[in-house]
Amino acid sequence: MSLAGGSADAPVLRVEGVVKRFGEHTVLDGIDLTVDRHEVVVLIGASGSGKSTLLKTVNLLEQIDDGRILLGDEDITDPRVDADRVRARIGVVFQHFNLFPHMRVLDNVTLAARQVFRTPRAEAERTGRALLERIGLGEKAREYPDRLSGGQQQRVAIARALATEPELLLLDEITSALDPQLVGEVLDLVGELKASGSTIVMATHEMSFARRVADRVVYLRDGRIIESGPPEQIFDAPEREETREFLSRLREPFA
Amino acid sequence: MSTTTAMGGARPFEPSTLEHERRAFRRSRKRRSVLVSVASTLVFAGVLALALTSSPGWARVSATFLNPEIAVDALPRILKGLWLNIQVLFFAAIGVAVFGTLLAVARTLKGAVFTPIRLLAAGYTDLFRGVPLLLVLYIVGFGVPGLELTGRMPAQFWGTIALILTYSAYVSEVLRAGIEAVHPSQRLAARSLGLSHAKTLRLVVMPQAVRKVTPALMNDFVSMQKDVGLISVLGAVDAVRAAQLEVAASYNFTPYVVAGILFVLLSWPFIRITDWVTARAQKREQIGGVV
Repeated sequence: MSLAGGSADAPVLRVEGVVKRFGEHTVLDGIDLTVDRHEVVVLIGASGSGKSTLLKTVNLLEQIDDGRILLGDEDITDPRVDADRVRARIGVVFQHFNLFPHMRVLDNVTLAARQVFRTPRAEAERTGRALLERIGLGEKAREYPDRLSGGQQQRVAIARALATEPELLLLDEITSALDPQLVGEVLDLVGELKASGSTIVMATHEMSFARRVADRVVYLRDGRIIESGPPEQIFDAPEREETREFLSRLREPFA
Repeated sequence: MSTTTAMGGARPFEPSTLEHERRAFRRSRKRRSVLVSVASTLVFAGVLALALTSSPGWARVSATFLNPEIAVDALPRILKGLWLNIQVLFFAAIGVAVFGTLLAVARTLKGAVFTPIRLLAAGYTDLFRGVPLLLVLYIVGFGVPGLELTGRMPAQFWGTIALILTYSAYVSEVLRAGIEAVHPSQRLAARSLGLSHAKTLRLVVMPQAVRKVTPALMNDFVSMQKDVGLISVLGAVDAVRAAQLEVAASYNFTPYVVAGILFVLLSWPFIRITDWVTARAQKREQIGGVV
């Protein structure tokens, strides 16, 4: 997967002092985060810690209340920026797949290429079919999403996000709605994306997967980054007491 | 399902005696149900026919409402009138589809900027759902031509406009319900792909919204098809007006019955086709089950 745009070694994403409030409640409280090209950053933290909101603000699906977010060299939180054009540069995969049930799998995958990038249908479908072949769903191109299993649907959703070769991929708890035996096929695909050089920010509860695939793990709590570092540090020798507590509670939920 | 396909192809599937017994039981139950429903329908129809034909006034009523000679005689002119109804229906349906969609979209626009548009659309639907169609026909058919904005237009033209004005208000409410029934995550997914608000609406939200409310839309369509007959009050010679003229000439009400039957026949294929299309889409896009 080639990655378009930006200078060679500039970070793909820079989040600077981002604040997001819902009424009196501060969901993101001054987040700073830099993501380099080909880097896989995994966000961990309890429900309500701000992982999903952070991903939404990066994709401009939520408006921030302070700070700024840069995609490549461009400040995308500038209100003069065309939000649709920014979103087209970022691929997003949601917890509940959100495939379009009235479109065939191939049409789901090629929609953005055809409608946003004005790629001719034949060309978009060639790319789309190749992508579906790659994720092992080539024979499902003509099916409707609701006839696929959860794991297959989520793989199609990933293909849809990849179809226009985004600079950055945001994965928002993409395995949380799947049966345990279907989680593997989706995570394998994410591992493959990492190997092919995609830049990924993902929120997840799958700690063993986070350890395996992450270049950097970021622990969020109450909208603040508590600790950030390589997986070995975070999982084996966390520096902060809060991180230790969170991880031990995950390991022994009934303790 | 009573048919079995051999799974895998290698070994033909031979059901056990238990399964054979279950199938035999299901078959016999099905046969019994069909017999019961056929018998009860026949009995009901028979009782109804007997009650009608044995009533004291039956001879007079059948002579004035069900006279075959007069029916045959009136049919060509009523059919000619019905052709006008079909033309009006055609243009009115297109007009309602366009205007009703615009109204529905206007009402679902979010953001303070669109408040005037939203209020205007809401006021429109409130007004035109409240005013009887007959009054709208009179006002549009006799009042608007008085403004002399256009040259002389035929009565059916103003009738079509009046139908569009009234039915768009109903249809926009149905469509709005459909739009609001599409889960917000669908919009989110579409916008995250970089699709604009308008494209999201056109390619993702509207197709799903229309599917959700197809039966209700069909209801309005069939209802409008009948109300097309009301344009006769403006002087257009449609099926209803043609039947009226025939009744006046023969002092027999049979032409009304003929017109009524024609209206039913007109609506029937639309209803069946929609049912078929909806069922096919559902079967294609969703996994079925026994219940």
